[in-house]
Amino acid sequence: MSLETIKPAPGFLDYLPKEYQDLIEDGPFFQQRKVSELGSFKEAIEEHPMCAGCAMTLFIRLVYLGLPSLEHSVIIGTAGCGRLALTQGAVPFVYGNYGDTNCVASGLKRGLDIRFKDTPKDVIVMAGDGGLADIGFHGVMHSWFRKEKFTTIMLDNEVYGNTGGQESGMTQKGMILKMAPTGKKFEKMDMLGLAKTSGVAYTARIAPTNPTRVVNTIRKAVLIAREVGPTYIQAYTSCNIEYAIPTPKVMDDARDVEKDRYGFLEYFSDEAKEYWDRSEAERKKARKEQIKQ
Amino acid sequence: MKDGVKVEEKLEQKTSKDKAGPQVVSEKAPAPQEELKGAAAQRIVDPDYLILEAPRKREFITGSEAAKEAIRRANVDIAIAYPITPQSETMQQVGYLYAEGYIKDYYRAEEEIGVMGAIAGASRAGVRSLTATAGPGLMRGIEQIASWPGGRLPSVLLIMCRVVNCPLAIQPDNVELSYILNCGGIVLHGENQQDFYDYSLAAFMIGEKPEVTLPVAVAVDGFFVTHARGWVSMPAEDIKLPPRNCYHESVPMMDNENPPIRISRDAPIQKSNFISYQMHASWQQEVFAAQERAKKWINRWLGGIIEVVNPKAKTMIVASGAAVSQSREAVRQAEEMGLDVGLVKIKSLRPFPAQELIEATDHADKIIVPEFNYVGWLAKEVKSTVGRNERVFAGPRVFGGMSMPTELILEAITGSNI
Repeated sequence: MSLETIKPAPGFLDYLPKEYQDLIEDGPFFQQRKVSELGSFKEAIEEHPMCAGCAMTLFIRLVYLGLPSLEHSVIIGTAGCGRLALTQGAVPFVYGNYGDTNCVASGLKRGLDIRFKDTPKDVIVMAGDGGLADIGFHGVMHSWFRKEKFTTIMLDNEVYGNTGGQESGMTQKGMILKMAPTGKKFEKMDMLGLAKTSGVAYTARIAPTNPTRVVNTIRKAVLIAREVGPTYIQAYTSCNIEYAIPTPKVMDDARDVEKDRYGFLEYFSDEAKEYWDRSEAERKKARKEQIKQ
Repeated sequence: MKDGVKVEEKLEQKTSKDKAGPQVVSEKAPAPQEELKGAAAQRIVDPDYLILEAPRKREFITGSEAAKEAIRRANVDIAIAYPITPQSETMQQVGYLYAEGYIKDYYRAEEEIGVMGAIAGASRAGVRSLTATAGPGLMRGIEQIASWPGGRLPSVLLIMCRVVNCPLAIQPDNVELSYILNCGGIVLHGENQQDFYDYSLAAFMIGEKPEVTLPVAVAVDGFFVTHARGWVSMPAEDIKLPPRNCYHESVPMMDNENPPIRISRDAPIQKSNFISYQMHASWQQEVFAAQERAKKWINRWLGGIIEVVNPKAKTMIVASGAAVSQSREAVRQAEEMGLDVGLVKIKSLRPFPAQELIEATDHADKIIVPEFNYVGWLAKEVKSTVGRNERVFAGPRVFGGMSMPTELILEAITGSNI
């Protein structure tokens, strides 16, 4: 597989949409683009129907940048805001049914592994807190227990944004939202703790305040999932509409929440740590040799 | 439950036709070497040869074992299991096939939403996938199952019908098929162990045809078929179907083999504009049109979409599944009583053989529809299909685990107690 798989006939390329031409000539495929390059090349996602100032959109944009091989990635989502952007990305996207993301991902990843023995195909679940912690909870947990080799990314805006602002399991205790008219009665679910307990190889909690860290975390999670086992990233991606955050203040809120209760955390299983240290050392060695040459 | 004599005769006929010899159409696999055994010894053959022409031997086995033998020869990539009576036996057997190397991947999933979701994922990856369920399990998985046809996801779902709760029971009853009739997929309904073998094998090929590209459910009546033994004639174990050729289907695979691509064939079409309405409408029409296009292959590999016994009889029984076996016996008993009774066996519920049924029953004065469920879903289908539908007698029906004595059918025919 390569960009040559579907190759427009000579003379025809000029008549294809400019966007398609740009993705081939100056896109993010077959190379690791950097955060510093953002704005200077054709990204996997540009136009989208998300709300103005949406932190989730920024995070998704960075995920596309962080995926280690975009040309071999398939993304799975479910109902929620995130999929409105994900369907606009230049990467195959599966919109399953309500709450079956990790079930579909299990079958998809195993199927791709059967067909592509020499080329790692990365499967990434990207869905909201409702999709993963509530309706999709059983599928998430069992994919972790089964050690399915794909990455689960929770776009945690602590609310059902797409259906108009209802309480989710990831909402903080006491918050007054739709379907929680007197305030949420129980604590925010500890999905990070559950991930650790169920044997997830790499877990990270992150806010979109530091783009380079987001990109590196995504890359790490996908590479570890490829080699070791399930990985989980829980990202604070505020809903400025339902939480009434003024658009210019969205990043201020992200920094405040990060400082208060959503600071960067990562946890490696022993096996994942060993793999990651080894592969990082190999990468550094290769880079040094490259510089010498 | 079965009319042993007649079933046997039918099978004998089938074997006697198989004299063509092993005309193996092998594209890649070399001729089997003597040291190879089991899965490693299997050769790929043309589906027509495996399904229609290969010499067969008879074995006296359960329906679950018949399904297992079909799967053994079906070149399945992944099978995903979850236990529920009376289906468990089959997927356990499929597990043994995995252990023996006949299937590449197999696992016990968390429950039916997990199973049906994973099947959707595996089918999108382009591999041949299989699962099975029954009654409440089908109900639990039906949100996913109903989305498979729209996703154009070929796979095979075996359904071993049982009561749907409540009250809790694990007895034979096929009311669950009424729920799956309008999901968009192909639904075949087997009469006995032989059908379970034949339909299950053909199902993979039918669903994967480019002009079809749909999931296929193969239903049988639980216990009567799954747990009872019957004669099943099958070709040797050393031949199997060609693998799934996913790039020959009607939609692209979700394997990202051709970047850059913006593909989301199950994209939410919920914008309020006429293009969205039109897209969703035409997509649904296309799913049901694909069902119709499957008829050609059902006719070819199932030996006709219907079977007609005594085609000129003035009283015709129309049945599917285990009710066909009972109806065959009722036809025989009616003949002894000097009554002129015929039978139409419906092999495929979706696509429904509407025109074939109209033609097969047009001459009849009375149409009897015996069923193993309370709601009479087949009678409703028949009534909405044939002309002059006052001819249709919607019964007899048994349910909740009852068996169907042939006397009930004879009473419906004669209108008096037998």
